[in-house]
Amino acid sequence: MSIKILFENIDVDGIDSFEVYRKLGGYNSVEKALKNMSPEDIVEEVKKSGLRGRGGAGFPTGMKWSFIDKAPGKSHYLIYNADESEPGTFKDRHLMQYNPHLLIEGLILSCYAIRSNTSYIYIRGELMYVMRILEKAIEEAYANGFLGKNILGTDFSLDIYCHPGAAAYICGEETGLIESLEGKRGNPRLKPPFPALNGLFGFPTIINNVETLATVPWIINNGGEQYAKIGIGKSTGTKLISACGHINKPGVYEIELGLSVEEFIYSDEYCGGIKNGKKLKAVVAGGSSVPILPAELILKTAKGEPRLLSYESLSEGGFETGTMLGSGGFIVMDEDTSIVKNLLTFTRFYRHESCGQCSPCREGTAWMEKILNRIVEGKGNEKDIDLLMDIANNIEGNTICPLGDAAAWPVQSAIKHFRDEFLIKPEIV
Amino acid sequence: MKFMEPKVSFSEETLKLSEKIISHYPEGRQKSALIPILHLAQAEFGGWLSVEAMDYVAGLLKLKPIEIYEVATFYTMYNLKPTGKCVIEVCRTGPCWLMGAEKIIEHLEKKLGIKAGETTTDGKFTLKVTECLAACGNSPVIQIGEKYYVNMDVEKADNLIQNLNEGMRV
Ligand SMILES: Cc1cc2nc3c(=O)[nH]c(=O)nc-3n(C[C@H](O)[C@H](O)[C@H](O)COP(=O)(O)O)c2cc1C
Ligand code: SF4
Ligand code: FES
Repeated sequence: MSIKILFENIDVDGIDSFEVYRKLGGYNSVEKALKNMSPEDIVEEVKKSGLRGRGGAGFPTGMKWSFIDKAPGKSHYLIYNADESEPGTFKDRHLMQYNPHLLIEGLILSCYAIRSNTSYIYIRGELMYVMRILEKAIEEAYANGFLGKNILGTDFSLDIYCHPGAAAYICGEETGLIESLEGKRGNPRLKPPFPALNGLFGFPTIINNVETLATVPWIINNGGEQYAKIGIGKSTGTKLISACGHINKPGVYEIELGLSVEEFIYSDEYCGGIKNGKKLKAVVAGGSSVPILPAELILKTAKGEPRLLSYESLSEGGFETGTMLGSGGFIVMDEDTSIVKNLLTFTRFYRHESCGQCSPCREGTAWMEKILNRIVEGKGNEKDIDLLMDIANNIEGNTICPLGDAAAWPVQSAIKHFRDEFLIKPEIV
Repeated sequence: MKFMEPKVSFSEETLKLSEKIISHYPEGRQKSALIPILHLAQAEFGGWLSVEAMDYVAGLLKLKPIEIYEVATFYTMYNLKPTGKCVIEVCRTGPCWLMGAEKIIEHLEKKLGIKAGETTTDGKFTLKVTECLAACGNSPVIQIGEKYYVNMDVEKADNLIQNLNEGMRV
């Protein structure tokens, strides 16, 4: 069994209650931090840990925090990104649902680190039942003096509020999220200015993913250096991988970064192999937006080395022969899967979710969906494939936010690795 | 100018809840409460947002009606026309599709005699297709109200609708 940081106590009965959570050492890190550490010390430990954002981009968390404008007299906000909308990703929901106090503990430390006294948890609207779990946990934390005014008798005060969205993938993008939290359409903003200088209500704002901040209590309890010893190279620590598709044991797994993809797919500790004894055909390893890889390339890099679950190994070979760790949404497809039909569902998703501000994204995703529909109906030809590639290439890099790229990459990679399949009419699954 | 009475209004309890929500945001930033309060409005006013409902929310939050319409038309969870008593949302994105969502959608369309997006003539069911619900490890997934129904197949979906239908006969 590998080390568990986020899932250590997740199966304990009643862990979602303050009482049980506290009994098992929960909130100890808050006591340690507020009594013996300065905000700068926390940032320093997180920097040392090498922790990288788990929302998809993998940006070093400690570094992000040090960008915040801490001018006195200014409000600072920390937003907890619980929008979890990337197809294939369901790790944050799992954590929030089963271990809500861990998130609150992480949030208190992180707000202290950036000197924020107000934090919003932006949770996708469909997860109302999870929001109620969080709200109950927040209430318990207030009742026990871990939230509110003068926490543990110190001069640090913090309020946390849950804020539901209303179904729009684009509100997971940090500036779309800020717009949405201000009560507007979720149209992403042009950057700069970056949120760390000018974010929510025009004040310095940090946005972090649920899993990212849930890691902070362990780092404060055990030290950043200890955390950095786990994992491989610059991919320190553990990562939640949500695995789905044609596998025997779908679910959320906490893995030590550096685990081999082969072990993850085939060992009984994780996915338990391909369903019905079939062969593996392809994997989308980091949520719907990352490039798809055929079995050969997800199990081994083009150089013939075993592919590992780490930021570096998954991107080895660039987009020619590699992919990305992304959000850790691991979608497995067996030998009978139509890559094109699966792609159509992704492209339809991005068309539906495009906020419409940039014409390449708005028009391009609609065209791609139309062409893919034609192809899936068996009415496509070689020219359609070239046209698809051309549209995807013209979206990539030409939009305000990365949703455009996210829509282009699945198309480009599917054509690159599975071109022959675009002219075969798929069966209904 | 004579003040017009709004055609709809929140119950005492919902009004209290909205005030609490508004208090979560700084002074003058009550617009931030719009999305949560539209959820309350949709629940209180029969599962959809009429122009009257949106205008009422505008008054409550001291916003221009257009600011409400802009938001209500952007987010998928808001229904801008009446729905059936029971709204069935079937996830259709990749992971659910891989596990057979398409067959479920086809089956429900046939069973209910409507296309996705439509409401049965008796007003009981609205069938919708939706995008990834963050439960792909238990796909295919159907959402009805706040509840998720997981690991669905054609037969289970069929039974689910049957039971709901019978439950509604009372
Ligand atoms: C279209 C789009 C959707 C996104 N959705 C999410 C999401 O659902 N959850 C999330 O944490 N990050 C999401 N992100 C990434 C965020 O913009 C942001 O990078 C992240 O929340 C930062 O947190 P981290 O540094 O802790 O990873 C999305 C980005 C884009 C471009
Ligand atoms: S890339 Fe797409 S989603 Fe992002 S701002 Fe442009 S139109 Fe909106
Ligand atoms: S694709 Fe249906 S829940 Fe994710």
